[in-house]
Amino acid sequence: MAEILVLMEHRQGEMQDINLEMLAKGQQLAEQTKKELTAVLLGKGVASMADEIKRYCHHTLVMEDDLLANFNSEPYQDVLSFLLKERKPSLVLMGHTAFGMDLAPPLATATETPLATDCYEIEVKGDTIIPYRQMYAGKMCAEVHFKEAPCHMITVRAGSFPAEGLKEINGAVEQVSFQFDKDYAYKKFLQYVEAAVGDVDITQADVLVAVGRGIGDPENLPMVEELAKLLGGVVACSRPVSDKNWLPKERQVGTSGKTVKPKLYIALGISGAFQHIAGMKNAATIIAVNKDAKAPIFSVAHYGIVDDLLKVVPGIVAKVRERKGA
Amino acid sequence: MDIIVCIKRVPEVAEIDLQVDQTGKGIQEEGLVFAVNDWDNYAVEEAVRMKEKHGGKVTAITVGSEESEDVVRRALALGADEAVVVTDPQAEGSDAYAIAKILAAAIKDIPYDIILTGALADDDGCAQVGATLAELLGIPHATLVTAIEIEEKQVKVKRELEGGLEEELVVATPALFTIQSGINEPRYVSIMGIRKVAKIEVATRDLGALGLSPDQVGSAGSFITVEKIFPPPAGEGAQILEGSPDEVATKMMDIFQKGGVV
Repeated sequence: MAEILVLMEHRQGEMQDINLEMLAKGQQLAEQTKKELTAVLLGKGVASMADEIKRYCHHTLVMEDDLLANFNSEPYQDVLSFLLKERKPSLVLMGHTAFGMDLAPPLATATETPLATDCYEIEVKGDTIIPYRQMYAGKMCAEVHFKEAPCHMITVRAGSFPAEGLKEINGAVEQVSFQFDKDYAYKKFLQYVEAAVGDVDITQADVLVAVGRGIGDPENLPMVEELAKLLGGVVACSRPVSDKNWLPKERQVGTSGKTVKPKLYIALGISGAFQHIAGMKNAATIIAVNKDAKAPIFSVAHYGIVDDLLKVVPGIVAKVRERKGA
Repeated sequence: MDIIVCIKRVPEVAEIDLQVDQTGKGIQEEGLVFAVNDWDNYAVEEAVRMKEKHGGKVTAITVGSEESEDVVRRALALGADEAVVVTDPQAEGSDAYAIAKILAAAIKDIPYDIILTGALADDDGCAQVGATLAELLGIPHATLVTAIEIEEKQVKVKRELEGGLEEELVVATPALFTIQSGINEPRYVSIMGIRKVAKIEVATRDLGALGLSPDQVGSAGSFITVEKIFPPPAGEGAQILEGSPDEVATKMMDIFQKGGVV
């Protein structure tokens, strides 16, 4: 029986959240296409993770080796190429993460498996798998068709599929019989580098006033800092602002920065790339100010102002001052 | 240290109301401003910095329409030494895999130690060409690179992971790295700078010159095709506050008060 293969992701001994999201979607796709669901777990000392994963799959394939302890696309690719040949899955899912972005393209190329990256939805029409992805910084969605092939591969956007509703399957854990024939000296993991700790921890703030590309110039930052201070909050930012070093990296909200959940999040001149939205969508109240009425940030904001932040902020600052009697 | 940097010409879409074109598979390009992909800009800067520090030559390559000469000219102005534009109507409709095949064919006669690409492109956002190209060339790669330090015969790089974490790894050359934004501060390119490189000849190649047949590229040579595009569903969306700046500020105050922050 053909199967759907889902690659599990872990780092520093922790399972990544996307695993359960992919398993939930994988269960649904397996049911729709009458296939079995198989998880692949590669690492070192991952037995307890296997026990968790096997609850939701028909098969959990495990391989433990020092070469797999920390992610390295090279040995991972060789094990997966072997598994694809051996088990002939009809579909392979992995995360569109730092892990999947490094691994999926070369694996797909080496095994001649058509690949669709960064997909937020996967539909089944008849026998056909239809992935959906976004283009043009989230301003367009695309229905994608695969070239016909015995196996297809999809990398999944984090947060796209709810992990709730996973069914208990309680399949078996099986060992992968693969032998490495080299030590991969040409690509070696050295160490993790933790983010610098700054003077402000934006994850602890009740109010965040976040700025994006729309701030235009670092000279405009004091105005935003004043608003944050008046509201008892701190200033955060989106990627373009920290890329330019206008604010330190530890102020960056999003997938590669911090995930925040303040009472109030004011997004100023932030268009709302999905990586940013992933880091702030759970804020209790979100207000977005952006010149572009079509900016994706307005799809997650509760309140929006379609205008230039440089025109809007001074008025708000004055009003808060007035109300506070300052 | 010879470096190849692969770049792409893309439309600027920030603050633009994009429309689906007549085919239903693309956007209307009329009136859009095209520029070098943001990530590629960092890649070119990184390539030029490596050359300045370690010597060697930087070659910029792009696959696209004839207009793509703009972006390689810009790379020359930034400090690249040579440039290649691969352009062919047959290449239209190529996915990331087919583009990587074209790049691999274009690169095979150019000596290199390091290949750089942007981590992803602003338009399709696939984040796929770089690592695919490395596999086709049979060289190691690292994606989402935020720091590069050249040592003898190997390169130490940092990769961006999630949640502010990075990893450090060593990769033997020749190797390919996809560059994450923020790795450097790209230098400013003036009109004068672009004029200065106007005399440098840009090599133009079609698929025949690269030894590629039409069925290897375009939609025939691709793994995926875009069937249709559409704007994202509106969802609930934000309640838009309207009025004069003063009225808007007053409405904001009410929201602040309701949220208990003032």
